[in-house]
Amino acid sequence: MDYVPHTDKDKKEMLKEIGVESTDALFQTVPEGLKKVSLDIPGALSEQELLSRLKGLSKKNCNLDEYISFLGAGTYDHFCPSIVDHLSSRGEFLTSYTPYQAEASQGTLQAIYEFQTLIAELTAMDVANASLYDGASALAEAALLALRHTERKNVVVSKGIHPEYREVLRTYLSHLGVNIIEVEVPDGITDVKAVQTAAGSGTAAVLVQNPNFFGCLEDVDRLSATVHDKGALLVSCVNPISLGIIRPPGEYGVDIAVGDAQPLGNYPSFGGPHVGFFAVKKEFMRKIPGRLVGITDDVKGRRGFVLTLQAREQHIRRQRAVSNICTNQNLLALRACIYLSAIGKEGLRELAELNLQKSHYAFDQICALDGFEPLFERPFFNEFAVKLPKGIQLRINSVLFGNGVIGGLPLGRFYRELEGSMLFCVTEKKTKGDIDRLVSVLKEASGGQTR
Amino acid sequence: MDFPTDISYTETHEWVRTSGSGKAVVGLTAYAQQQLRDVVFIELPKVGKKFRAKDPCAVVESVKAAFDIYVPVSGEIIEVNTELEDRPELVNEDPYGKGWIFKINMSNPNELKALLSAETYKKLCEKGKH
Repeated sequence: MDYVPHTDKDKKEMLKEIGVESTDALFQTVPEGLKKVSLDIPGALSEQELLSRLKGLSKKNCNLDEYISFLGAGTYDHFCPSIVDHLSSRGEFLTSYTPYQAEASQGTLQAIYEFQTLIAELTAMDVANASLYDGASALAEAALLALRHTERKNVVVSKGIHPEYREVLRTYLSHLGVNIIEVEVPDGITDVKAVQTAAGSGTAAVLVQNPNFFGCLEDVDRLSATVHDKGALLVSCVNPISLGIIRPPGEYGVDIAVGDAQPLGNYPSFGGPHVGFFAVKKEFMRKIPGRLVGITDDVKGRRGFVLTLQAREQHIRRQRAVSNICTNQNLLALRACIYLSAIGKEGLRELAELNLQKSHYAFDQICALDGFEPLFERPFFNEFAVKLPKGIQLRINSVLFGNGVIGGLPLGRFYRELEGSMLFCVTEKKTKGDIDRLVSVLKEASGGQTR
Repeated sequence: MDFPTDISYTETHEWVRTSGSGKAVVGLTAYAQQQLRDVVFIELPKVGKKFRAKDPCAVVESVKAAFDIYVPVSGEIIEVNTELEDRPELVNEDPYGKGWIFKINMSNPNELKALLSAETYKKLCEKGKH
C-alpha cells in the first residue's frame, strides 16, 4: 500500500490557499545547488537478498561476544541477565507512550517510581528523578541547579571528571556567563588544596567524580568539608555498580549525586544510548530538572502513581521551568530498574566485589610485567591506569585487537601529559582466563619478561 | 468574596498592606486563592534580595496550577512567612492574615499610587475573571 500524504488535488488546494503558483515557487528560497543533489541508492532487493546483504554488513562489526574488552572510560561491559531483555522487550513497556495520562499508564509510572526509589537508596540521597539522557547531561543539570540555588556565578570542576562530561558541561554553561574553573588531579585524585584556593564566595558548586575517570577513589570527606566551608554545593558523579561496596554519596555530604546507569543492565552498544540519574538532598527537591513520579491515593483511596510538578514545569509556567528537559530515558531506566531488582542488594555487593578483585588481579599481573608501571598509587574500583613501555605505546591496541582483545583507553587522547598511559577496565564479566590472555599478549608485544 | 478596603491590589492578584514606615506586607488575594484551589507549596523569595516592581519573586503551587507572585512595589525583602513551608494552606484559609507571603522595604513608596483600590480590583475580578 502506498503512503500518500496528500494528493495532487490537495496540493493544488493548499497552494491556492496560500497564493503560490507551484511547489517549485514555494521552495524558491532553497539554493539551486541543494535541489540537484541526487542520492546514489541501489535498486530494490527481495527480502532474502536484503537479509543476506545486512548480515554481511553486520559481520564487519566486531562484538563483545567474540572479543574480550578491557575498555571502560564511561561505557562498561557488564553481564546483563536475560530477564532484563525479556521483561524490557514486552510490548507493554517497549511500545508504551509517554505516561502523560496517569489513568492509562500506571505500569510505566510504577516502574519509574521504583527506578527513583532504587537510585535514591543506592546513592543514599533523599529524592531521585525519573532519569535524564546520560551521565554527562545529568552532571550539567546538577551544575545548573547549583547555580540557580546559590545565585552564584562560578563552578569548580575536577579534571578527574570524564573529559567528555566536562565538554558537555561547558556546552550547557556556555551562554550563562558562568566561569568554569578546572582543578588538577596531580597524583590520581583531585587536589583538595587547589579546590580550596579555586573555590570562593562566588562558587556555586564543586564537581567531582568518584571513582574518578582514572578509577581512583577521591578523598571525599576532605572535599566535602572544603566545599561546604565555602557555602558551595558538592556534586558527585558516581558509578552505580561501585556503590555495592564503596560509601554512597549521601554518606559524605553530597548535595547532588549524578551518574550514568548504563552499567545497570544496558549494553555498551556503540557507546550509547545511555541513561543518566539525578538524586538530591530533600532541600533541593523542588529544583530537580526533568520528570518526577510520585505516589498518591485516588478518590477511592487506591494507590496511584502520577507525574508531579508537571503543571509547573511543562504546562503552565514552562517559560520559567528549571530545565528544558521534560522527558526521561525511560526504556533504559526501566532496564536499570529490572537489573537492580534481579541482582538484589547482596548481589550488587558481590558484583562490586568481583569487579574489585578482578581488576586488582589484572593490575597486579600487568604491573609485574617488565616496563609496565602503575600511573598512580591509589585505591581504585574497576579501572586503573598503567604506564606502558615506550616501544609498544602506539601499536599495543592493534596487537591486542589482532588477538581478539579490545585494549584500554590511551589517556593521551584526553590528557596530553599522560601520553603513553592506558586506562584499563576489568568488570565481573572477565574470567581469569580472559585476564591472563590480556597479560600474555601485553607481555609478548613488549618482548618483556615477568619481573 | 472578601475585598478589604484597607489594602491595595494589583492586576496580578497580589495585595499590599502598608504600615506607614516604608514597609509593606504582600500576599495573594482571596479571589486568586479561590481560583487556584488548594495551595500545596510556596517557593518563598530570599530575605535580603532586592526586586523591582513587577519582577516575579515567588511561586505558588496548587493542585490545579503553578502561579508566579510578582513584587507589587520595588524594594528589599525583609521577611518571609516561613510558616507557609509547613502550612501552605494558610493562603487558602486566611489570605489577608496568616497567609501573608513576604514583607518588603519599599525603595520607592510612590509606586503605591499605581496600585488598585478594592473597588477597582473587585470590578476587574468580576469582569475579566482572570
